[in-house]
Amino acid sequence: MTSVKFLYAAYIATWVIHGTYIGSLVRRYSRLRRRREELDRGK
Amino acid sequence: MKKALLVFAVPAAVLTALLLAYAFYQAMWVAPMERTMGEVQRIFYYHVPSAWTAFLLFFVNLVASVTYLIRRNTRADAVALVSAEVGVVFCTVVLVTGPIWARPVWGIWWTWDIRLTTTLVLWLIYVSYLMLRRFSDGAQTPKLAAVLAIFGALDVPLVYFSIWFFRTQHPQPVIGGGGSIDPRMLHVLLINWLAFSCLALLVGWSRYRLEIMQRDLEEELALESLLGDGGLPPASAGASSRTGSLLNRTSSRMGPG
Amino acid sequence: MSALKSITGATLAKDIRLEWRSRDAINSMLFFSLLVVVIFSFSFDPNAEESREIAAGLIWVAFLFAAVVALNQTWARELRNQVLDAYRVSPAPASSLFLAKALGNFSLVSLLEAVMAPLFMIFYNLRALGPAWQLIPVAVLGTWALVVNGTFFAAMSLRTRSREIMLPLLLFPISIPAVQSMVEATRVLLAGDGSARFWLVLLLTYDVVFTTACLALFETVLQAE
Repeated sequence: MTSVKFLYAAYIATWVIHGTYIGSLVRRYSRLRRRREELDRGK
Repeated sequence: MKKALLVFAVPAAVLTALLLAYAFYQAMWVAPMERTMGEVQRIFYYHVPSAWTAFLLFFVNLVASVTYLIRRNTRADAVALVSAEVGVVFCTVVLVTGPIWARPVWGIWWTWDIRLTTTLVLWLIYVSYLMLRRFSDGAQTPKLAAVLAIFGALDVPLVYFSIWFFRTQHPQPVIGGGGSIDPRMLHVLLINWLAFSCLALLVGWSRYRLEIMQRDLEEELALESLLGDGGLPPASAGASSRTGSLLNRTSSRMGPG
Repeated sequence: MSALKSITGATLAKDIRLEWRSRDAINSMLFFSLLVVVIFSFSFDPNAEESREIAAGLIWVAFLFAAVVALNQTWARELRNQVLDAYRVSPAPASSLFLAKALGNFSLVSLLEAVMAPLFMIFYNLRALGPAWQLIPVAVLGTWALVVNGTFFAAMSLRTRSREIMLPLLLFPISIPAVQSMVEATRVLLAGDGSARFWLVLLLTYDVVFTTACLALFETVLQAE
């Protein structure tokens, strides 16, 4: 593994980590919105 | 009020993305190549700003925790939770990019570098903080978490000193080196720091909003199950009328999806 | 101040008396400690030179396991009999209760260490090449460091799911500087190279800082349960 590959690996890893977290936030938002809609419909 | 803030969200996200792209371009192509380490050194522009951002977020957590203990303000507790979570994310980036940088430069993945090791312990403390929040039952979690945050803060200087002395006894390589830094590199470093701080702010604000919305929703659900609604059907066998009506409504809502 | 002392003393005496009457818990912990030493001896060959070099680390890891087992039952009796509610409404300062519990745990863990240490010395053929008397303050300060935070986090874990795993999850990260100090001090004293003074000072600092924090914040945690 040439050392430049480590550079790419580090940058990609960084964005994978951030992307995973932001993705989980998006998922939680949509789940929350669904529950909110159910609640409003039920009223 | 919520709608007004939302208007800023999209442009803020676009701006942050542009800033990050610009910072990336600066780090990859504009910054001069380091003499001893070569291209790999560019990891520095992601590793160090992430560390600064993580430490800043953990400091915010400490302030929010102390504020909560003094004033019992639930917003402060939400800020504490958010800053801990986003802080752990940035801290993870530091702990992953550190060894990836160390391996080609020093030949080993982990060198007990003082800053990296202190970061590891901070990460452990805050992951345990998040586990406490997750495993503890709702009502008293904020108080317990705030106390743990204080304990963590007291621990950090002790961690730093113990590693520092350990290293004087067992000399180890230092990641990132000390000493002065080329002003062009400093410039790129600061741009990346700005970009990541904006990302932290954006993600933190989103998480905060999510947390507030979630708490509001849960409060409403709790109130509803306590008070019920008008026109309750007669009590079904084996269940109270309020629970029965809630169950009926929930099951009719289940449907597809 | 004397009220603090007398309440602490009374609580501590009660705990010791209760533990002594049913010695099951202590016996099982003693046996566990013995087992840990034996397992370590099988896993880390005592005859190898490397094992003697890491003996300090082995001993303290074994002590750590024994301490966690002891700490997990700190509040078990109080929980069973709803004693904590009584403490909450009583005018007795929460810090006396905490101090009594911590001192009780300290005695218990010290007892376990007193069993394990000679066994380690026998199995690993250990001798202190440095000033051996310094091992005593290391043991006392080190054990107190684990016990004071352990008792506190045991109280924090009471209202959590998976209570028993929560204690080590919270205790281990915070204890890292203390554990490093204990191990390094012991290693230096056993090998006779260098001075353990820095580690002793750091351990002392750790103990002072966290004892103060625990005494100050226990009220908050007690009220939170």
